[in-house]
Amino acid sequence: MSEPSVAEENKSHILHHFVDSDQQFEASKMGMWVFLVTEILFFGGLFAAYIVYRAWYPDLYLQASEELDTFWGAVNTAVLIGSSLTVAMAIRSAQLNQIKGLIINLYITIGLAFTFMVIKYFEYAYKFEKGILPGSYYSYDGIAHEKANIFFSIYYMMTGLHGIHVLIGIGLMIWLVFKAKKNVLHSGYYTPVEITGLYWHLVDVIWIFLFPLLYLID
Amino acid sequence: MATEESKANVKRVQVKRFKPEEYPEKHYLNQETGLWAWMTTVDHKKIGLMYLMSVAFFFFIGGMLALLIRTELLTPARTFMDADVYNQVFTLHGAIMIFFFLIPSVPAALGNFILPLQLGAKDVAFPRLNLASFYIYVIGALFTLTAIFTGGVDTGWTFYTPYSATTGGSVMMMTMGVFILGFSSILTGLNFIVTIHKLRSPGITWDRLPLNLWGLYATSIIQILATPVLAITLLLLTMERALGIGIFDPALGGDPVLYQHFFWFYSHPAVYIMIVPGFGIISEVISTFSKKVIFGYWAIALSSLAIAFIGFLVWGHHMFTAGQSSLASMVFSFLTFLVGIPTGIKIFNWLATMYRGSIDMKTPMLYAMVFLFLFTIGGFTGIMLGALAVDIHLHDTYYVVAHFHYVMMGGMVMAFLAGLHYWWPKMFGKMYSEFWAKLSCGLVFIGFNMTFLPQFIMGAQGMPRRYFNYIDQFQSFHQFSTIGAYVMGVAFFIMAGYLFHSLKKGKRATSNPWGSRALEWQTTSPAPLHNFEHTPVIINGPYDYHKPMSEFQLGIATSHNGHHAGEDASHTVSKTEQV
Repeated sequence: MSEPSVAEENKSHILHHFVDSDQQFEASKMGMWVFLVTEILFFGGLFAAYIVYRAWYPDLYLQASEELDTFWGAVNTAVLIGSSLTVAMAIRSAQLNQIKGLIINLYITIGLAFTFMVIKYFEYAYKFEKGILPGSYYSYDGIAHEKANIFFSIYYMMTGLHGIHVLIGIGLMIWLVFKAKKNVLHSGYYTPVEITGLYWHLVDVIWIFLFPLLYLID
Repeated sequence: MATEESKANVKRVQVKRFKPEEYPEKHYLNQETGLWAWMTTVDHKKIGLMYLMSVAFFFFIGGMLALLIRTELLTPARTFMDADVYNQVFTLHGAIMIFFFLIPSVPAALGNFILPLQLGAKDVAFPRLNLASFYIYVIGALFTLTAIFTGGVDTGWTFYTPYSATTGGSVMMMTMGVFILGFSSILTGLNFIVTIHKLRSPGITWDRLPLNLWGLYATSIIQILATPVLAITLLLLTMERALGIGIFDPALGGDPVLYQHFFWFYSHPAVYIMIVPGFGIISEVISTFSKKVIFGYWAIALSSLAIAFIGFLVWGHHMFTAGQSSLASMVFSFLTFLVGIPTGIKIFNWLATMYRGSIDMKTPMLYAMVFLFLFTIGGFTGIMLGALAVDIHLHDTYYVVAHFHYVMMGGMVMAFLAGLHYWWPKMFGKMYSEFWAKLSCGLVFIGFNMTFLPQFIMGAQGMPRRYFNYIDQFQSFHQFSTIGAYVMGVAFFIMAGYLFHSLKKGKRATSNPWGSRALEWQTTSPAPLHNFEHTPVIINGPYDYHKPMSEFQLGIATSHNGHHAGEDASHTVSKTEQV
């Protein structure tokens, strides 16, 4: 709920086809929730593929997941959960009209997201060196299972798509920092922060599913 | 708090009687003109028209491809094109008609134009996203056109693996085009859902929502739930070709039936993306031209949602012969029969609406009649195909081809044409020639049945679909079918002719040429740039034909602060009137 006084002071953010600030905020928020539903179904296809192949080749999953580095996976999980906290704090700062706090929290979130991507990069690079490449480029012979390439195809598709979502999130938050510095955002209008936060939480939640499903099988 | 607010509203909402201006000088078509203004417009009406032009273009391309197919099939084996070319032509006919015409035709083209007008809103909730969705559609279309000119695609519109993972041609370009197109469809659906929830004018409660919007609402739900699954499927298929990830290709340890599951999980609900908005149009047209309150409002509204829901549970009926377990086939077959129930509910409610109505056989109503006739045939043959044992015999024959053309063309295209002719005056402020419109409607009906009725017989006798060659016994059927296709082609050229003529020299339309009670007819024709000069207050429902037209006027809240008041505002209105 926005403070009426602030909302009345500054109405420049209301687009022509909305009646008031509340209607615009509610519409944007609902739009983002609907979008998140589509994201879940998008990843849902990959989860379905994961389930099907795991049901067929349970041994493969046990063996192949040992190639994944549980320690760095766990670090990345902590990093992402931390970034979810800071993005929530950014929203709170915006609600309280603390623009400086908003920018600092966004910077921390961006930093954590970069940390995640850097760790992911080293994980990928290590596997590429061993010959664990996606699809038909797979040339590693450390796993005694003829379908080993399929596990890693699924692994790369899932973590790769998730990584793209993290990159998009970083882009969105850099855009938010620019907006905040131009004093566009205030407690009467913080819709972009709110809906980017929703998106970021989803990216986090998807990782929370990916981590145990891929890394913690045994 | 809430009561204080509503009290404040009661004071502020002053309602005056409102009658739209006839033959307005300023409207959305002559304001903000010029190519650049059109290309950057966020106005839903202009975006709707741009979509309309695009789908008309693709309907033309797809239709010409259909005529090529039918011409080739005049004689067995080669008539004028090679088998490889023939494979590409039927693939493109299917892919273009489904992804570029049927799916965006009613929601993105007609829906974009009419949805905010029927809600009394100024625009959709996210106008810039709406424009973005149009450009995403254009980019997807460019990818597809590139695919056509750089090798073509011969997989059929279903892109079944492993063939699609190994064949030559530009499969990747094509699947990427359809992948991109999916985002356009998702964004349209998202926009519509939020608009219907959040941007209704005061007085439009859920039980006064026009049935067209219930149809679009159900469609949007399918669009946002199913399209992402198609996106991931096509992405996996693209990766299959690019990297050989092996999820669908048996040569690499994958499973082609999994691809079919993924594909039909989208593509079966997608046939309801195509038909459910058509149901919405038919409800509007039948009520308007029968001059009668719609029979069974809630039955029609909720059956749209029921179809959307059941539609997600029946994808396996495309795979009865693909090696899924017989138990799964039995369950899918049973669930398929269930779709017939809500569809039947709709048909009976439409018939009950017409019963003892004063029916005015204008062109849109004529198309609605054609729809009822053809769609019923398409629906019943669908039930037959859903029956497990019958389907084993009819699977992959011309019977299936005839069935889905009766549903898609006889159902959806007829509903689209009904809607196009119904809203044409609102779009352009011009009337078309009733004589030529009825003539072309009659020719479409005759040509359609000539084309596809013989295909039921051929299919039942065992003519397989997609084949280049056939045995002599089918030749007379094929030739009859081809002549029917030509008749339809002529009919569509006549249609293009009188529609263009109406744009140039048509009689100017009044704001409500059909005497409809729905909201979009209570504003000028063509509509003003922002749809309604003020936020309208809706006093009557969209089907209140029991009230005389003279009583039927919009209220205007002079204060703009009335959107959330909903029911309160409409009560206020009636009170003010009584005073």
